[in-house]
Amino acid sequence: MKKLLISTVVAGALGVAGTASAEEIKLGVFLGLTGPIESLVANMAPAAETAIAEVSESGKLLDGSTVTAVRADTTCVDAAAATAAIERLITADKVSGVIGGDCSGVTTAALTNVALPNGMVMVSPSATSPALSTVEDNGLFFRTAPSDARQGVVMTDIIMERGIKEVALTYTNNDYGKGLADAFQTAFEAAGGSVTISASHEDGKADYSAEVGSLASAGGEVLVVAGYLDQGGKGIIQGSLDSGAFDTFVLPDGMVGDALPEAIGSDLNGSFGQAPGTDSEGAGLHAEMASGYDATSPFSNESYDAAALIMLAMQAAGSSDPAKYKDKVMEVANAPGEKILPGELGKALEILAGGGEIDYVGASAVELIGAGESAGNYREVEIKDGALSTVGYR
Amino acid sequence: MTEETLNALALLSNFVLVPAVAYGSQLALGALGVTLVYGILRFSNFAHGDTMAFGTMFTILFTWWFQSMGLSLGPLPTALLALPFAIVLCALFALLTDKFVYRFYRQQRADPVIFVIASVGVMFVMNGLVRFIIGPNDQNFADGERFIIKAREFKQMTGLAEGISIKVSQGITVITMIVVVAALFWFLNKTRTGKSMRAYSDNEDLALLSGINPDRVVMVTWILAAALATIAGTLYGLDKSFKPFTYFQLLLPVFAAAIVGGLGNPLGAIAGGFVVAFSEISVTYAYKKFANYMVPGDDWKADGLMQLLSTNYKFAVSFLILLLVLLFRPTGIFAGKSA
Repeated sequence: MKKLLISTVVAGALGVAGTASAEEIKLGVFLGLTGPIESLVANMAPAAETAIAEVSESGKLLDGSTVTAVRADTTCVDAAAATAAIERLITADKVSGVIGGDCSGVTTAALTNVALPNGMVMVSPSATSPALSTVEDNGLFFRTAPSDARQGVVMTDIIMERGIKEVALTYTNNDYGKGLADAFQTAFEAAGGSVTISASHEDGKADYSAEVGSLASAGGEVLVVAGYLDQGGKGIIQGSLDSGAFDTFVLPDGMVGDALPEAIGSDLNGSFGQAPGTDSEGAGLHAEMASGYDATSPFSNESYDAAALIMLAMQAAGSSDPAKYKDKVMEVANAPGEKILPGELGKALEILAGGGEIDYVGASAVELIGAGESAGNYREVEIKDGALSTVGYR
Repeated sequence: MTEETLNALALLSNFVLVPAVAYGSQLALGALGVTLVYGILRFSNFAHGDTMAFGTMFTILFTWWFQSMGLSLGPLPTALLALPFAIVLCALFALLTDKFVYRFYRQQRADPVIFVIASVGVMFVMNGLVRFIIGPNDQNFADGERFIIKAREFKQMTGLAEGISIKVSQGITVITMIVVVAALFWFLNKTRTGKSMRAYSDNEDLALLSGINPDRVVMVTWILAAALATIAGTLYGLDKSFKPFTYFQLLLPVFAAAIVGGLGNPLGAIAGGFVVAFSEISVTYAYKKFANYMVPGDDWKADGLMQLLSTNYKFAVSFLILLLVLLFRPTGIFAGKSA
């Protein structure tokens, strides 16, 4: 028996040593497959998996290691479910990195409860709460999405340029909504505008006429809706249009999606907003590569980049161990080095293997600043003829 | 009246009066079902909210089927056409639950609390069935015209700064409520079956002695309760949207309405529905704009929202009313049975 045990241990050790050169790496795709932003995630998860497939097929990562994606559901809203899901990814699936989470609340919960104690790297494509900039993360948390502090400033510019000085503001009652609403209100008031009311709304209700009533009473030229397009945000807009409370809406990133004009119809024409996005070469390349999903949907580019950054950092560190490659994420994302666009991950892996340096630009023009978050590029959109159209980039 | 006053009234009608009347009608129909079951079968049917969801689910399924066949009612929602079919199926299911669950306890002459707990079980089963069949998500099944009058049209017509909008669904809700309530009262007061139901409700033993068939009374009660639940649920879904979870949550205001009016008293259920709806909406409305129309001059203009309670606490209003009524008038406004 003792011999058997020893031989098992030895075989195990040999096994580990044997796979050190070429391993089967698993990456968790930890996004809200169900819940309030499921229509966005439908274009985010495949983007991340496209990058993973690209690297895996190139056969150049860590001497020919293969990479596979394991999906897990954050639900976007249920912190307990998200915590259990990432726990499963780390302990049962043994992933080497996590792309996600998506919504700020569940991302914070997953990071502090599970990823941090397990030393797991998380790269979120869409968690934008300003609070995540200062959260204790031991250098394990990155995001290819910008903080909403930046979005608040961009949204202020867009509204001000249209000559609007007085707005009503409603937000979904969670970390994302509150963070964005506060950031926007601070920026808007600093720029000389006034916010007549900042009221929260709960998601998942059938009727928002009471919320709309108090927003209408406070007044304002437009209504800023920092919510979700599949949830309360849509309900607030529908209720406002029904009662004639507001005609024009400002739509931040959680509200930008084709599902909204499809659900509301032509009454939404003239509403405007912004979502992370660039007109860079990378976004175009990604759109061409995308098969079976829409790469221009919000956070799709960021999802591709989040997956790419993890794998490039592994290559730079020469290891798939989160504790080792976490220090390389910022290096591969920023200058100096050769600029890397989507579809060139194989080339990037070669450069890194040869000891060279890269500056990953990717699909969303990644530039990581501060504690490892994107500096932020935004696409300004407007609803015209019942469809989303891009006005410009900033 | 000055234009300012007219504006103030239009504003209040648009955001308080119209929604509260529609919501109140929906609650009243729901509360009627609860009160009927309580009055005749003598227990609080906790499954009523999910019966509403169950019936509405059939309405939606029939609506989709009719839509796929190209059937429609023109400007009216197709759901009205689907409603009778949904009522039949929902009533069948209610009779089945009675046969397999409640009848056993009735034969045992079990305590009301046992019935209540059994109804909680039925509630979870129905809840699960609805989610299983149609899913937990929002379903929008309203079609046809959307508005009787739009806020913008109202402004153009009257030249006022504030508009009133009335949705088709709100109009249908109120008209249906009046028709259903009138029919119900006629049934209870004028027909033989209705009279026997009231007799059974007043004194079960005496009713049995005078030859009233209890099985028939119970059967009719379940059919009526299921019909009322389906109508209330469909109207609520047309006006707002259908989601199983919100129907489950409706249980609280519906019970509050039934208890406020006096459990077992149909008239009370209707009054209770409107009391709860008007309190929920008027307590959480922000009166800033209304007040600013009413006060003379700029010096008096309000800066604050003049809102008694944030809209997030809407459900707390139902609780509060329930609590106050139980504390000070446990039999309800119209003195039904003690709750």
